[in-house]
Amino acid sequence: MSVGLYIRRKTSFALFEVNLLEASNQQLLDVSRELGLGLNLQEMKAVQNYFMMKQRNPTDVELQTIGQTWSEHCFHKTFKGLIDFDGKKIDSLFKTYLFRATREINPKWCFSVFEDNAGIIHFDNGYGVAVKVETHNHPSAIEPFGGAATGVGGVIRDILGVWADPIACMDVLGFGPLEYPYEALPSGVKHPKYVYMGVVAGIGNYGNNMGIPTINGAIYFDESYVGNVVVYCGCVGLLPLDKFRKNVKPGDIIVLAGGKTGRDGIHGVTFASAELTEKSEEISRPAVQIANPIEEEKLKRAVIAIRDLELASAITDLGGGGLSSAIGETAKKFNCGAVVELDKVPLKYLDLAPWEIYVSESQERMLLAVPPENLNKVLEIFQGEDVDATAIGKYTEDKILQIFYMNEKVAEIDVPFLFEPPRIVRTAKFVSSKFEEPAFPEPTNMTEVLLQLLSSPNIASREKVVRTYDHEVKGNTVLKPLHGKFGGPNDAAVLKPLKNSWKGLVISCGMNPNYGKIDTYWMAASAIDEAIRNNVAVGGRRIALLDNFTWGNPEKPERLGGLVRACEACYRFAKVFKTPFISGKDSLYNESPLGPVTPTLLITAIGVIPDIRASISVDVKAPNDNIYIVGKTYRELGGSEYYKLKGLIGNSVPRVRPKQAKKSFQTITKAIDLGLVCACHDLSEGGLAVAAAEMAFSGGYGVELDLRAVPTDGLGRNDFVLFSESNSRFLVEVPEKCEKDFETVMQRTFYAKIGKVTKVPKLCIRGLSGEVIVDVAVSKLLSSWKNFPRGEV
Amino acid sequence: MKREEIRVCILRVGGTNCDAETQTAFEALNVQAEVLHVNEVVKRRSLLDYDALVFPGGFSFGDYVRAGAIWAKWILVKLGKELKAFVEEGRPILGICNGFQVLVEAGLLPAFEGIAQYPEAALATNHPPGYNCRWIYIKHENSGKCIFTRKIPKGKVLHMPVAHSEGRFLLPKEKEQRDLAKLYENDQLVFRYCTSDGKYADGKFPINPNGSFHDIVGICNPEGTVFGLMPHPERAFFWWQQPDWTSQMLMPHHGDGKLIFESLIDYLEKKF
Repeated sequence: MSVGLYIRRKTSFALFEVNLLEASNQQLLDVSRELGLGLNLQEMKAVQNYFMMKQRNPTDVELQTIGQTWSEHCFHKTFKGLIDFDGKKIDSLFKTYLFRATREINPKWCFSVFEDNAGIIHFDNGYGVAVKVETHNHPSAIEPFGGAATGVGGVIRDILGVWADPIACMDVLGFGPLEYPYEALPSGVKHPKYVYMGVVAGIGNYGNNMGIPTINGAIYFDESYVGNVVVYCGCVGLLPLDKFRKNVKPGDIIVLAGGKTGRDGIHGVTFASAELTEKSEEISRPAVQIANPIEEEKLKRAVIAIRDLELASAITDLGGGGLSSAIGETAKKFNCGAVVELDKVPLKYLDLAPWEIYVSESQERMLLAVPPENLNKVLEIFQGEDVDATAIGKYTEDKILQIFYMNEKVAEIDVPFLFEPPRIVRTAKFVSSKFEEPAFPEPTNMTEVLLQLLSSPNIASREKVVRTYDHEVKGNTVLKPLHGKFGGPNDAAVLKPLKNSWKGLVISCGMNPNYGKIDTYWMAASAIDEAIRNNVAVGGRRIALLDNFTWGNPEKPERLGGLVRACEACYRFAKVFKTPFISGKDSLYNESPLGPVTPTLLITAIGVIPDIRASISVDVKAPNDNIYIVGKTYRELGGSEYYKLKGLIGNSVPRVRPKQAKKSFQTITKAIDLGLVCACHDLSEGGLAVAAAEMAFSGGYGVELDLRAVPTDGLGRNDFVLFSESNSRFLVEVPEKCEKDFETVMQRTFYAKIGKVTKVPKLCIRGLSGEVIVDVAVSKLLSSWKNFPRGEV
Repeated sequence: MKREEIRVCILRVGGTNCDAETQTAFEALNVQAEVLHVNEVVKRRSLLDYDALVFPGGFSFGDYVRAGAIWAKWILVKLGKELKAFVEEGRPILGICNGFQVLVEAGLLPAFEGIAQYPEAALATNHPPGYNCRWIYIKHENSGKCIFTRKIPKGKVLHMPVAHSEGRFLLPKEKEQRDLAKLYENDQLVFRYCTSDGKYADGKFPINPNGSFHDIVGICNPEGTVFGLMPHPERAFFWWQQPDWTSQMLMPHHGDGKLIFESLIDYLEKKF
């Protein structure tokens, strides 16, 4: 530590003043580094100026509070900052693209978006649905089990933080290849197999123990995830909208409830806002919190009881930044100040310094604002659930945050200052793809290629993982992640959340990191298209989107350029489909000794279905039914799983054609509503061939197709037609008697009848010159698809 | 007793998480079902106000030590007397999943010679190990003693989901065959894991999802009034909860789990 900069105040506990007033630029940076503040020089100088104005030095508590509040993780500096994109000035990515789309679409059914811990939309009978998806990449890289478990715990608290009762979890994960050679791992990077097992176990542990079904998700494998594991944890909650209370008044008591506070999770947010290095494990291990799902289960019961009795005036979770974020943000939001007595906070063990108590990210804690007259009743409810709850201060009229520890004032900061960090200015530039479109002869054995694709890591069944998650608890899961006898891959999950209503909630996702290697714009467009078409395929409509970005270091212009491109696509296609963004989260600085993460945008789609009895599953239902394809197939194999099988990337990334896509979605919804559809499946990784195989083996019947009928853009090659990943396409099973009506609905859409369901359980495909090019037993397709992960994992 | 007068108490404690859907099942059958935290029951000393008791699924007290062990001891200490009276009066107790584990840990099952001081059986970690959520088939084995399955013909195959990591029913090795014989003699064996066409799993995974001895799914006490099982009848209550309802030509009227709740209510209506 730099000598002379830190002055111990004469207190019975550890409290330092930092001699910021006389510090040189170098010393400012030293302080930032030594205290783990994560602030740059510009920000440190802003802090220095503030305390010069106050004519005193800050305490460590004050500096830590500012460091936490201003971190990328809490403040989203990049998304809110100024960007120079090849000469174009962008004033906040968030406002210019994501929020703007929502504002311009302005649907009546949005209740609260980008406001709180989670987005809230109207559902039915006065109930709303709250949704949030979080990233927990950095902690999961250091400690896979704990990182993933606390990711789930954290997102569940986000839902509780808007007074909603969590009813389902979704988890999307990205790992390095499981067979990655051990000797190629740099020191400090854990093997993908270890990370995979830990993360999956962590997610299962939290959701199962809390009794929240995990009903949707995805697992994606990519080389870049070896050093940067991707963990997206999502949660959906249900709340009676008239019980939504956010109206803090000065005088309201600050109540901290839940687990005790310890040293776990200190500086989690500053850690999450930096690159991972070889030393991350050693330095950042305390940044990973410890999970206790049972504590959160009890907390949930109490929170819901307090909500129903309308006893509190606000609630928020303690996540990144701990008390410092939760109290600061609440005070800011309601134009208040706050007085906090840190010595009242229940601790796991003694001798935590005041600043540690204030920024600790210990899990399973919630912060409530309670009018004084309701305090006893609130504390009683917590006690009834065996949950600790303590009044630790109150909100005040002035806009000053004052923190005391054993009657000593340890911090005094103006709340507005806390939320006015210097704006970041970053440079971004667009670098176009360097991959070439490959040329290779058409393979002779297409059946073999199909079997390989079905067992390839990004397509194969997730059954071994999904079985370890409880997807049935609460008894509301109508369309399950594993369908029927054969565990077929339904495109989306359908829930029936209300007892007295047939209305269903449809949850799906889309993610195509491989396309992002070519162009992040079309990656984002494709992810949106995929999330929506998954939703539409089971009968969903009125769709809201969530965006989750996992990106590399935004201080590197080409990385930021890719991010801007993705945001541009988000704006454009959200507008095209009239699907507003309601919540989002970014995780930047995903870089390891192995390089940056492949830009990975997860789009989560939340739709509704008017009647769950009309939900459409993936499996073919009856022999002799017709199979239609909806949507046109282009030569778009760039970033496809087919190319990947050959070790290629290519350049012809799938695009989204707004008019055609919209038409496809609308007509599918109409056909489903008219009862013309028996089964429906979206075409994604692996294209037409994989989709047809999945429909066949999920139903236990055969399918015969003729590629000559498929509407294409003059593709001329069987493999291109079979494996192209063009967006906005569906395979649909239509009974013979509905054929005419279906074709009427489909008018002016690209569609064609391309085959039939057969009693003989075989997939049989005729190629462009009429010869049989795929001929294989459905059971063989199924066993290839289920053969993952291979061996003992 | 009139159906509307029947009062069922669904107990919960920190970590219980299947209480709401269990309540939904009872309410769908027009019975009063209350979910009560055990702290509340201790405070009110109201256990004997109810006609039936349910220990629902979940992870009570985090299932630390052994699944169900802590809650079992907790309840014996705090409510032992009432619980004993409840059993002795022949009022029914149902344990689902974690609830089954609690009943075994508390000595209420199999209870060969009445409530046992020490557990007489165990629900051990699954074999193969790990949490497993899947729909399985179970065959009804009871000849009429178990009041929870009286509406189910013997030999009938039911479809229900399991979701647990500790469900391997075991009897003490040295008494295994003798105790199994007792289960048969007393008509305490209620369900066994089987294939969709009723062939016993014979320990084969995943037909028997946890490696249970003798494919045992659930058992009752010698009086037939205390019953525990690993699968979740409350998650197989409505037709739309079934994993393949979209594939069925004729919409089923209900899930198989409903029969268990109906049998219980039927018993209460007639007996009391």
